[in-house]
Amino acid sequence: MKILCCVKRVPAPGAKINVTADGQDVDAAHLGFTTSPHEECAVEGAVQLIEEHGGEVTVLTLGTGDAEEQLRYAVSVGATHGVLVEADTIQWDPQRTAQAITAAVQELEVDEPFDLIMFGNESADAGGFQVGIRTAMALGRPIVQGIKGVEIGDDTITARREIDGGFEVYKLPRPAVLGIKEGLNLPRYPTMKGRLASKKVELNSITASAAEGGQVRVKLHRPEETVSETVILGTGAEAAAAVVDVLDELGVL
Amino acid sequence: MLLVILEHENGQLVEAAREALTFGRVLAEKMGKDLEAAIIGSDDDDLVEAAGQYGAETVHTVTHDLLTDYGPDACGSVIAQMVESLDPDAVLSCGSDRGNEFMANAAARLDAPFVANCTDVNPGDTWEMTRVQWGGSLLEDATLTADVPLLTCGLHAVAAEIGDEEDADTEAFDVDLDESVTITMVKDRVVQEAGVTLPTAPVVVGGGRGVGSENGFGQLEELANLLGGRVGCSRAVTNLGWRPHADQVGQTGTRIAPEIYIASGISGAIQHWVGAMASKHILAINIDKESNMVTKADWAVIGDLHEVIPAIIAEVQSRKG
Repeated sequence: MKILCCVKRVPAPGAKINVTADGQDVDAAHLGFTTSPHEECAVEGAVQLIEEHGGEVTVLTLGTGDAEEQLRYAVSVGATHGVLVEADTIQWDPQRTAQAITAAVQELEVDEPFDLIMFGNESADAGGFQVGIRTAMALGRPIVQGIKGVEIGDDTITARREIDGGFEVYKLPRPAVLGIKEGLNLPRYPTMKGRLASKKVELNSITASAAEGGQVRVKLHRPEETVSETVILGTGAEAAAAVVDVLDELGVL
Repeated sequence: MLLVILEHENGQLVEAAREALTFGRVLAEKMGKDLEAAIIGSDDDDLVEAAGQYGAETVHTVTHDLLTDYGPDACGSVIAQMVESLDPDAVLSCGSDRGNEFMANAAARLDAPFVANCTDVNPGDTWEMTRVQWGGSLLEDATLTADVPLLTCGLHAVAAEIGDEEDADTEAFDVDLDESVTITMVKDRVVQEAGVTLPTAPVVVGGGRGVGSENGFGQLEELANLLGGRVGCSRAVTNLGWRPHADQVGQTGTRIAPEIYIASGISGAIQHWVGAMASKHILAINIDKESNMVTKADWAVIGDLHEVIPAIIAEVQSRKG
């Protein structure tokens, strides 16, 4: 089977996220980059599926040349091909991003369609909650979001979505699209063999073009910090009585 | 008018839907328009009554033979038809999993922009909004140009508050649906746990890397059970395989809002904090008094959680008799 995973390169934040002076982006000067966590699980899930059923995993990202790092990483953990949809910046609005990815998928599907396309439920940074949905619908395929379990049948894909206290089951005809959430699996680390393959793999490049959508970024900023006068109730076990006083006061005892 | 799409489950409005109506009251006033609501898949009187209490003047109910369960295409199709025939000035829902899903679905059908997880919205020729990025670690000021703005408000962006209106008028909305919308409907449900769950628990006892092992969570479980609460954990813990992902509190896990969050052995990385920040009170237990979680907490105990938690358990047991 053929699976496509769409991933996004995002900064790997520390205890705080700083913003550049012009407010247009995260200040990543001292940060590394990573794959958005939901999508990292999507890639792992796709690799597990082809290990079980055979086939190929293509990983696609939209962005500048820097995003090759995330494509090669995906190959190092088992993906087969990488496709860079080249854009001048990674921060296109969601409508524009979806339009460019849709066009790229159509270009990649000239011979045969992907049986399954996986997106992250939402990107770790912009969190627009819509690129996968727009792309799937433009391709005329069903999509469900929030997926933490996937099983492949002959004609159907069974997907599980976590809800409060359990999960919902969806059954989609192939080809289909899923919005994956972290928790689908625990992504593996690259092997030495994988690292070598990731250095050698030839990445495909597609030039993106799409019209701007209606949402425009003005600036990013940090929310007001929670300033708390922390009351230290004590040290070690002797603080227990004071803790239970607090619980009693809040009515949760 | 501002149309608020209400998420409901088991015959009740979900908390996020009450938040959306509360958020919507303020927005409708800024717009100088009426606040109306829509309930998809039910015309239950209790739901209509609840919507009225939270300020909806008219509630559009939608029932149809095909609307047998939740499905993003079914909801998205209804919302797109409402935009076309009710002519709202804007449509708002809650930034829950479902809310963001069906609003994006409707937006794709209408080929219109959709802005997820707003915390503040100012209407105008060009709309201005502040929205959540990085799960709440950053905010984005954005503008929106759209015929009919489609928005969700971020979870816990406001606390749900009952409004002045008592009774809402009910109007049945005629919808045109075909079988294709059933493809993405829920086909089955599996209940794994009954009773109190992480998003609704009044007390959450959280553990981080400082808990030390999978077995170390036993004490946290015991305390949570005593207090009628649930155990939560940090991303480090789920990545180590000590707890299932369903227990994760944070940007890629669950947003909790308990009366008190007891965060033990958690340093308080930003991705964890954004999942915990809607807690009404926070008590941190940590060996490091400079850790983020301690400095952001209302109360803290400095010490080893494996000494402190058993002592709290003993104290709770003795007071409860």
